[in-house]
Amino acid sequence: MNASVAALAVQNVSVDLGGRSVLTGTDLTVDRGELVGLIGPNGAGKTTLLRTVLGLLAPSAGRVLVEGRPSRPGRAPIGYVPQRHEFAWDFPISVADAVMTGLTGALGPFRRPGAAQWEAVADALERVRMTSLADRPVGQLSGGQRQRVLVARALAAQPAVLLLDEPFTGLDMPTQELLTVLFADLAREGRAVLMTTHDLLSALDGCDRIALLNRTVIATGTPTELAADPALWMATFGVGPDSALLRILKAA
Amino acid sequence: MNPIDFLTDLLNPDLAFLPKALAVAVMSSIVCGVVGTFVVLRGMAFIGDAVAHAVFPGLAVAFVVGGNLVLGGTIAGVLTAVLVAVFSQNRRLKEDSIIGVFFVAAFALGIVIISQAPGYAGSLQQFLFGSITGIPDSDLYVVAGTGVVVLAVVFLLSKEFVTISLDRESARAMGVPVFRLDLVLYILVTLAVVISVQTIGNILVLALLITPAATARLLTDRLGIMMMLAPVIGGVSALVGLYVSWSWDFPTGGTIVLVLTAAFLTAWFLAPRQGLLAKHRGRNRIRTSEIRATATTALIEPDPDLQPLKAGA
Repeated sequence: MNASVAALAVQNVSVDLGGRSVLTGTDLTVDRGELVGLIGPNGAGKTTLLRTVLGLLAPSAGRVLVEGRPSRPGRAPIGYVPQRHEFAWDFPISVADAVMTGLTGALGPFRRPGAAQWEAVADALERVRMTSLADRPVGQLSGGQRQRVLVARALAAQPAVLLLDEPFTGLDMPTQELLTVLFADLAREGRAVLMTTHDLLSALDGCDRIALLNRTVIATGTPTELAADPALWMATFGVGPDSALLRILKAA
Repeated sequence: MNPIDFLTDLLNPDLAFLPKALAVAVMSSIVCGVVGTFVVLRGMAFIGDAVAHAVFPGLAVAFVVGGNLVLGGTIAGVLTAVLVAVFSQNRRLKEDSIIGVFFVAAFALGIVIISQAPGYAGSLQQFLFGSITGIPDSDLYVVAGTGVVVLAVVFLLSKEFVTISLDRESARAMGVPVFRLDLVLYILVTLAVVISVQTIGNILVLALLITPAATARLLTDRLGIMMMLAPVIGGVSALVGLYVSWSWDFPTGGTIVLVLTAAFLTAWFLAPRQGLLAKHRGRNRIRTSEIRATATTALIEPDPDLQPLKAGA
């Protein structure tokens, strides 16, 4: 590991989808040990940015470097945690087996999981404190437990970068707090963690840095720095000075 | 007719077509049960139906020119699957509309082609509703060989199929070739359908693919068990269906499907956890749980739905 190279570097990235420009000149770096919140309105390009980082979309300009190398699906050490509704929770599979599918890409075709893989799954489950539910069918889990399973699946391959897409959606505040603590811990252990969220309070409370996104990264900074500058939020969300959003910002 | 007479008929050299039909029906049920597990879990029943119809022109061409039915059906099925995949790239139409266009077109083409053959009405009925007579010996080997290949591919790629069934985007992000695996799955469905069409018929083959797997899903929350149960349910139903149809002179395909449906309904009502009876019993269980716990601790598995969720979230 080269300490001078950021775990994730998005450099001047532009992305077009269906002939329409979605992101332009986007810059963002996330270092190991950092939990960064990506905040912006619907349609700002948050999901597009995540998909570009994963290498699923090719930027029309700029580049994405993971540990100094261009991002490619299956090659870059990235763990992806999709929104909970993306996962087929009615599938008849246990928690441990679901987490094992996080190693499918690393194992490659025709190979069966061995002792090393099951150990990695056990470690990942331990990390999100789901060990006691390892044998339970995924369909019987609560929303917070489901989010933990998806995080464990992403952790199984021991990625340097963890991407979380809207992990708090539909969860109550105590569950959000527990997850925020978990994400911060995962960052402290030496991973670069980037999460998109609509939940301003959780983001301001738990993230080390926040990036405001609307077609490009408008500003990055610590929660305290950004909360002190309402103009940035008005630009990002396109709201006026009397918006409830700004009152939440002041309260936080 | 009692089962002994059925056994006697099976061994009667004058009725040589009967054991052949039984072997083909049971083998194809087993293959359909395993492949059907993924069809059911991915909500692909409509695609299964489409493939079943799409193989028809291939069967018709093979029939008219006297070629191999399995080969003809496979080519037509795969061709239609590829056409659907290609035309689905147009985002203005959803995939199910494309499938709707192509599978009916394929079926229509099959009807036109088969009308060119002499004795058209009879052979059409045979294709649509199945027949247990006239299975050549070579088909036994083709069905067995194809079945083994299909099962081997499912076994070798089950890890990948599970991964893309759970969550396609994460699978793509891991570098798993989702589109190619989809095509492989379509081809496996096509092969399972083609080897089954002869005995059970083009219209009814969907039941062989869906019903055993759906029945198995009602009975278990474990994929491994489901993939064992579905072929067993399919195979036993094929045996019972053939026996019933032979005894009472019912059409074979229809009888097998009705036996499968009976198995499905039985599971619906009697499944240990999700069944109606189990749900009813669940309400009384709390009262009797203490007595049972002391008497038969080892026999009763606690119902997780009734357990308080453990701490951790």
